[in-house]
Amino acid sequence: MRLTAQATSVLKAIVFVAALVPVTRLAVAVAFYPEWLGANPAEFITRSTGDWTLRFLLITLAVTPLRKMLGWHWLAGFRRMLGLYAFFYGLLHLSSYVSFDHVFDLAEILKDIVKRPFITVGFLSLVLMLPLAITSTDRMVRRLGAKRWLALHRVVYVIAPLGVLHFWWMVKADVTEPAIYAVIVACLLGYRVVAKVGESRRRTARGGRAPLPQPRPNA
Amino acid sequence: MLIKRPDDLKPSEITPRAFYERRRELMKVAAAGSILGAVGALARPVRAQNETLGLEKLPNVAKSRLSTTEPPTAYRHVTTYNNFYEFGTEKTDPMQYAKRLKVKPWTVAVEGEVAKPRTFGIEDLLKLPLEERVYRLRCVEAWSMVIPWMGFEFNALAKLVEPTSKAKFVEFVTAYRPEEMPGVRLPVLNWPYLEGLRIDEAMHPLTIMAVGLYGEVLPNQNGAPVRLVVPWKYGFKSGKSIVRIRFVEKQPKTAWEKAAPNEYGFYSNVNPGVDHPRWTQRRERRIPELFARRETVLFNGYGDQVAGLYAGMDLKKLY
Repeated sequence: MRLTAQATSVLKAIVFVAALVPVTRLAVAVAFYPEWLGANPAEFITRSTGDWTLRFLLITLAVTPLRKMLGWHWLAGFRRMLGLYAFFYGLLHLSSYVSFDHVFDLAEILKDIVKRPFITVGFLSLVLMLPLAITSTDRMVRRLGAKRWLALHRVVYVIAPLGVLHFWWMVKADVTEPAIYAVIVACLLGYRVVAKVGESRRRTARGGRAPLPQPRPNA
Repeated sequence: MLIKRPDDLKPSEITPRAFYERRRELMKVAAAGSILGAVGALARPVRAQNETLGLEKLPNVAKSRLSTTEPPTAYRHVTTYNNFYEFGTEKTDPMQYAKRLKVKPWTVAVEGEVAKPRTFGIEDLLKLPLEERVYRLRCVEAWSMVIPWMGFEFNALAKLVEPTSKAKFVEFVTAYRPEEMPGVRLPVLNWPYLEGLRIDEAMHPLTIMAVGLYGEVLPNQNGAPVRLVVPWKYGFKSGKSIVRIRFVEKQPKTAWEKAAPNEYGFYSNVNPGVDHPRWTQRRERRIPELFARRETVLFNGYGDQVAGLYAGMDLKKLY
């Protein structure tokens, strides 16, 4: 499937708006209909924003495999927006923890981050997203140079597993849901390993060097 | 990696002009549609503050001076948000799936180190002197409620079976019915759910067997037809839908101790000074408040009555 530039920008706008639905729903509920969020609205909000952070991370990581397998190269243009949405929901997730759970008690929050492994990895994974978000603009890609930019953005391969670990360690007894996320992350990262191995085999078979990967900052 | 130049565009791949010209409008429609859809999916009818499910009423229930005067948590919150892992690990699973539990007929076997072991029908238990006890409930997950239970003191039941001097602890066993309880298919806990108390804790006047809530019989999700309520301990100590009570000599190994001994001790008294390994117990969120702004109190505020039970014990070690 190939898309024209116009169709891509229409689709981008649709994705942009759709990605705002979860937060809009929470905002409307808090403002007007707290009952929608059940008996523990704070927990609902924290879980929902956490879920969406992980989901957007996985969707972002799925872009490249899908692009290569289906030949949908226009998908690359969605990667930045999806990644930024992961960061956006991550920030909301952190905010609800800081405000609802700890009522802005910074000393207690710091203690929590140091003392509790599930908070430590969750926080670390969000902190690691910060440089990626900052360097997501076209200008930053040019300033860093494609090679360094790519190397930096490979940090997402660490961020996603940390996010899943955070979820896994958080649950009390039933790990079904984090296990599903773990399998998906394993597939998405595994695909890259397999692709890399295949590429270097082909390269050796041809006896030549493969051309350097060309980064495609978003069109 | 080769960068492919696009082949010549096929006409079929070009956005139709009509669509292209109306793109902004169409986007707005799509956005509005998705938001409305999400909003609609969430809108469920909401019951009024203290509207109950209209279950069987419990007559002749006396008030108790052991009740708190704090305003009770709405019935709809008490009955739609709780843990009852036999029906699933989500807080809304009990209200969704507990309907399947057949609570009539129901018997509770009381046995072990007692002179007169006996199996009680639920109708026998309902004849014991019932009182309304409005208790605070503090969950180990740092949320809390105020719940008007109806029940009898456990010691009233114990008297009928005459515990012997060997009875040092009491075990409470929850029903285990795979056909009626979808949650037990997963080995989340060691089924059947087992909880335990030291004999003096069990015989304390605050320890009740609850058979009702808000003046009606217990809804299934809250542990019908009879459950334990120990208000100064974390909620999971108060086993639901009890089928067996054993007086024993040795300290029992409870379901949560088996699952995670470093997180859940035998005593599990509410204690802001002993954190759960994964979160602080210093504060709590009173359902349905947004902010966890309440300071948690030792023994859930029942220290005046129960602190004596633990004199000389290191509560940080025996958590």
